[in-house]
Amino acid sequence: MAITFTLNGKSQTLPSDVSPEMPLLWVLRDVLNLTGTKFGCGMAFCGACTVHLNGDAIRSCMTPVSSVAGKRVTTIEGLSPDASHPVQRAWIEEDVPQCGYCQSGQIMSATAMLAKKSNPTDADIDEAMSGNICRCGTYQRIRKAIHRAAAMSAAAKKPAA
Amino acid sequence: MSPGLSVNRREFLKTGATGGAALVIGFYLSDVRLADQARDQEKKPPNPFDAWVHIGKDNRVTLILGKSEMGQGVYTALPMILAEELSLDWRKVKVEQAPTNPAIYDHGTGGSGSVAGSWLPLRRAGSAAREMLITAAAQRWNVVRDTCKAQNGGVLHGARKDFLTYGELVEDASKLPIPDFNTVPLKNSDDFAIVGKDTPRLDARAKSSGAAKFGIDSRVPGMLYAVIARCPVFGGKVAKFDATKAKAVPDVREVVQIESVGPGAFTAGGVAVLADNSWAATRGRAALEITWDEGPNANESSDSLRHDCVENASKPGKVVRNDGDADAALASSSKKIEAVYEFPFAPHATMEPMNCTVHIRPDGAEAWVPTQGPQWAQSVIAGVSKLPPEKVVVHTTLMGGGFGRRYQADFVMEAAQVAKAVGKPVMVLWTREDDMQHDFYRPASYHRMWGALDAQGNLAAWKHFQSSTSIAAMWRQNGTEQAENGEFGTAAFIPYKSANYRVEYTLAKSGVPRAWWRSVEHSTSGFVVESFVDELAAAAGVDPLEFRLRLMGDDRKIEDFTNPKEGKPLDTARLKGVLKLAAEKAGWSKPLPKGLGRGIAGYFSFDSYTAVVAEANIMDGKVRVHRLVYAVDCGRPVNPDGVRAQVESAAIYGLSAALHDAITIKGGRVEQSNFGDYEMPRMAETPKTEVHVIMSKEEPTGIGEPGLPVVAPAVCNAIFAATGKRIRRLPVRQEDLA
Repeated sequence: MAITFTLNGKSQTLPSDVSPEMPLLWVLRDVLNLTGTKFGCGMAFCGACTVHLNGDAIRSCMTPVSSVAGKRVTTIEGLSPDASHPVQRAWIEEDVPQCGYCQSGQIMSATAMLAKKSNPTDADIDEAMSGNICRCGTYQRIRKAIHRAAAMSAAAKKPAA
Repeated sequence: MSPGLSVNRREFLKTGATGGAALVIGFYLSDVRLADQARDQEKKPPNPFDAWVHIGKDNRVTLILGKSEMGQGVYTALPMILAEELSLDWRKVKVEQAPTNPAIYDHGTGGSGSVAGSWLPLRRAGSAAREMLITAAAQRWNVVRDTCKAQNGGVLHGARKDFLTYGELVEDASKLPIPDFNTVPLKNSDDFAIVGKDTPRLDARAKSSGAAKFGIDSRVPGMLYAVIARCPVFGGKVAKFDATKAKAVPDVREVVQIESVGPGAFTAGGVAVLADNSWAATRGRAALEITWDEGPNANESSDSLRHDCVENASKPGKVVRNDGDADAALASSSKKIEAVYEFPFAPHATMEPMNCTVHIRPDGAEAWVPTQGPQWAQSVIAGVSKLPPEKVVVHTTLMGGGFGRRYQADFVMEAAQVAKAVGKPVMVLWTREDDMQHDFYRPASYHRMWGALDAQGNLAAWKHFQSSTSIAAMWRQNGTEQAENGEFGTAAFIPYKSANYRVEYTLAKSGVPRAWWRSVEHSTSGFVVESFVDELAAAAGVDPLEFRLRLMGDDRKIEDFTNPKEGKPLDTARLKGVLKLAAEKAGWSKPLPKGLGRGIAGYFSFDSYTAVVAEANIMDGKVRVHRLVYAVDCGRPVNPDGVRAQVESAAIYGLSAALHDAITIKGGRVEQSNFGDYEMPRMAETPKTEVHVIMSKEEPTGIGEPGLPVVAPAVCNAIFAATGKRIRRLPVRQEDLA
């Protein structure tokens, strides 16, 4: 039976010949041509393939697509239509990306953490981001950007005086 | 000394750039330097409005990027140079990747040479365009040319306060005679408004939204995804295979065998499985039944290699440098030390695994390649397809990291072979395991050092013996003879004065592929020199900073005899400058909390000067780096924040090979396979890093790599300061800390 799930806010039914065992990563990239989610290791070591499943950060390379049936999947493309999510804005303002390949995954891990911890400590960041490798070593700027995004979101929530 | 020793990467890129189809089979770097086509533009410059500056009538400006963006920021820094000379409004600038055309562009990207090498050519190109626009305006107004000047995307006629935008002028301007690039006036650097200012990356937005397209994101109608089963033993081949089970995997379309290609590509060959999606292709590969002929290297191991190095070190090597009589000075010295330093192979491990998409049709070919050498990719595809290079359109994509790995054309060769075999568009995709096990590694090396101090604490002798799996031995036809080429770098002309200075080399033979890894020989040479001088400082009982400054002596310039054509001399005043600045910013003389150590290192590479002070200790049996304070002098920094980003990056890259895992060989194959057994630094281990950039007015020099060679010695010198333990082999092992 064809698999249906919510992808970036819209209902998505896969062609019936897509194997239920196929990892979500390859469904996104090769079947649906949503290439913002990246392949890094295929073994959930590096976090390049991170997406949200019902709001939690997961590694799509080790997630059979059958297991997302009926659930909500958000990819980097679904975070905002115009890179306006506070985390994306903070990433741009701190000039985080270098090669940029890992950054979709970094941003998805960071947004999932901030949804639960709006004002994370450095230790929170160390823990939440421990599954994401950046070979360009942008970690210091990622940390700054996460703090900046948290501050932006807090400022936006403040009632106007 | 033997001058003319080294072929560096820049030279390689230029020769590689023009080798044409000869690259495909049987290509070796020859001693004859081939004509550098990109330099011919100085004789007959192309029209800058075609090549570098596209101006629309609507005043939209697109600057054309001939280099490849792999994270190092050329997509921002190089357009800044053009925009500066053109006096453009930076906020309106867009960038586009150049088509592959070695006759116009010096495409090869590496050797920390993009800004340094493009600085003058791009200033000239931008200035030529500007001068043509000014002439067009003067003619339109019928005024004296000298009364007009370029400003903010247009030309202003001072007396009349008239203003014409470039969009209004470009049609006329592009028809004017092209100024001689050698004599075209350049902007006075005191007037720079863009160059030298912190400038946000132009690609940050696309890289924060998932919109940026890397090689792996290439999508062509009707394409198939291919993964290749390669012999795990270097130099091995397919003896026989059965594809029946692979073909039975759903969505698998074809299975084809490809031959290994030797010098020039160094591919393993193997069996390619093509499918409608990447996952089916990997499953199909897993179902292949292959018998390998493991070839001549099946007995190689890291242990056997080390054994060879130790044996080599017991005998004299080939003399690379010999000043005075180091052996006699050592024999007669009362204060001497000896040490051995060792390094394993190191992988590039770019986050985007190797991939290449190629479509070969009877009348032409098109390819999407994440490459540092698009001209090489073009010649490889031309060779395989038997098409002339001008019929091969190569699109250079963004790269998910390069670090030297993407100079290579092995993955291009594979994609061309598979695409040729099936006649359809094909992406050859490497898995992480393929990438980890079929890299071109930083050479493994073994160094024996001897040093002596005289009664005044000056350096009486410096002797350095190295045995390594040379890069040149792989890439040059006469490699065995010139194996030492590029294996020493600054270690062959250290800034520390010694009348008795000897450098020797013996090749360690290996079947493991080697090539340029971030900072190349400097990653090991920097560690050896800056650790051993620290050992000498300790033996002399002198502060490590003070000792270095004293050993450098009076300010002087030391010729880089290993790279006489292009290498700039080492200016000891600039090296002292960064050492002093890093020390000052780090608070070198202030006490640290108990248990914490401070170490320093300073080094010259890619014509730039870097120094770093590290604060580190041992926690839970592991080295923990808390703080890094860098000072760098890379000439005029085009984008200072881009310089800082590159140094932050090189620090982490250097720490990955210093503190984590090694690539080890057993049974002729790599033992590691993925980030589970080859660990990378992660967020929690990232030290607080400051980078102080000297705002020099010298010509820009390299910065993608020079941050790397100093980090590991500074950290290990800090561990010595904290614990008294001297670390002489990388990566750091727990038993060396106990």
